Amino acid sequence: MDLSVAAISHWYGGTNALQNVSFDVKSGEVVCLIGPSGCGKSTLLGIIGGLIAPSSGEVRLRGAPPAGSLNPLTYVFQDFALLPWRTVRGNVALALEEHKLPAGELASRVGRALAMCGLSDFAEALPGQLSGGMKQRVGIARAIAVTPAVLLLDEPLSALDAQTRDLLIEDLLEIFRRESATGIWVTHNLDEALRVGDKVVVLSRRPGRLKKIVPVDIPRDQRVLPESAAEMARLHNELWSLIKAEAVMADREVADV
Amino acid sequence: MSSALKLVQDASQRNSTGSKDEGPEAVVRFRGGGFDPRPNAWIGWAAIIGLVAIWQLAAASGYLSPLVLPSPVQVGSALLKMAAADDFTSQVSASLSRVASGWLIGTIMGLIVGCAMGVFSIARAGALPIVSGLYPIPMIAILPLLIVWLGIGESSKTAVIVLGVFSPTVISTFSAVDNVPRGLIRMGQSFGLSWRSIVLKIILPGSLPGVLAGFRITAAIALILLVSAEMIGAEYGIGALILLAGNLMQTDRLVAGVLLLSATGLVISWLLGRLEKALLKWR
Repeated sequence: MDLSVAAISHWYGGTNALQNVSFDVKSGEVVCLIGPSGCGKSTLLGIIGGLIAPSSGEVRLRGAPPAGSLNPLTYVFQDFALLPWRTVRGNVALALEEHKLPAGELASRVGRALAMCGLSDFAEALPGQLSGGMKQRVGIARAIAVTPAVLLLDEPLSALDAQTRDLLIEDLLEIFRRESATGIWVTHNLDEALRVGDKVVVLSRRPGRLKKIVPVDIPRDQRVLPESAAEMARLHNELWSLIKAEAVMADREVADV
Repeated sequence: MSSALKLVQDASQRNSTGSKDEGPEAVVRFRGGGFDPRPNAWIGWAAIIGLVAIWQLAAASGYLSPLVLPSPVQVGSALLKMAAADDFTSQVSASLSRVASGWLIGTIMGLIVGCAMGVFSIARAGALPIVSGLYPIPMIAILPLLIVWLGIGESSKTAVIVLGVFSPTVISTFSAVDNVPRGLIRMGQSFGLSWRSIVLKIILPGSLPGVLAGFRITAAIALILLVSAEMIGAEYGIGALILLAGNLMQTDRLVAGVLLLSATGLVISWLLGRLEKALLKWR
């Protein structure tokens, strides 16, 4: 499924959060959204998934969702948003229970999602018993169980420590590869954006405007190789030079308030 | 202490056998103790037994007149005599059925209104000022009016408990629903859950801890109102029994009645604890 963000603007009361942002996401593509804090990245993702009504502009979907998709636009949340009273299995099954699925399909979908995320042994555990990394695996399993057309990841690794982040990013990339999933991935971490994104959408400080779309043309599995290091460093510098001035200004704006 | 001394010795030996640093040396002393109260069932029982023993001694030695405060033994025998009397069951069951029906009706009504206020804007805007005004009224003040309306029988006593339980239940339910993390509700919406599923699977279980905490408060209120109502006009009931004993200067029966109330409160609190354990296993 292709997705277009078309001239989105948004105000919170008198505050202009987003100003005329447009970009396209092709099926199978992972697009990273970066920008200084408070630039409206998460607001934009909320608008894309239909959780926030934009002040103007619209988000368009084109094409058929993948076969068996129960929820085309599916989030993975920064704070996991798991129900603490449901087991891992119960959390992954939550959205599936809404649908009248053929006998056995619910269990098979849950089982497959748990297996893909390495959670099969933790199916009966409660979220409170799990580490942050495992909780986010549950969040990811819950998302892939509904066979989404576009995954919307709202800083999915930001609540995790650096080592867990490195481990989880590999697993997520593997899931993206196997599911040939389309994704919009919000982050403030440039390395993360360059590791996972096919292109990086850079937003300016508030009000968030589209600053630049930086394509990352190195295939994902080659990005960690030594021969890619120079190009990766160049891309990193390019992103950082786009972000840095904005971040400094944004920081001062907050301090002025 | 001995290990600390050994450390000092070790340190001084090391110092004399080679360290070039000539400055004075000290061992870091542990200073992070205390401020860590722990439960201890034995001490708890010992304190109760000690208190009763002092009470018994004071009564036996004549410091306490039986008319002021009868000895534990006298209270115990009064309690046994009361329990053996024909009307004991009707006294206790009158009280228990009043408090149980009043609490149950008030709680169910409060849960419905509180949930509605947590979920619907109109219910919240409409009911909040009324409930806020009702909440601070000591409901026993309304009993005379309830007696005018409903007569001196059971219904006025039950009604005063219903009213007393209702508004605290509304407030605690409403704030428990309100405190369910918005993120969980947005998650439910983002996965296409129906309104009904969001209420049943996210809001209700999420508000349960707050609702159950409210039960403890309303159970205490119900017990206070029960005794007050029974003292104002009742033939049977623990409150009536205590009032009658006081009028007849039977302080042993009076204290026995108070102990009965304490036991009732403890049983209710234990039951609520069991309920919390059963429903909130995930915490």
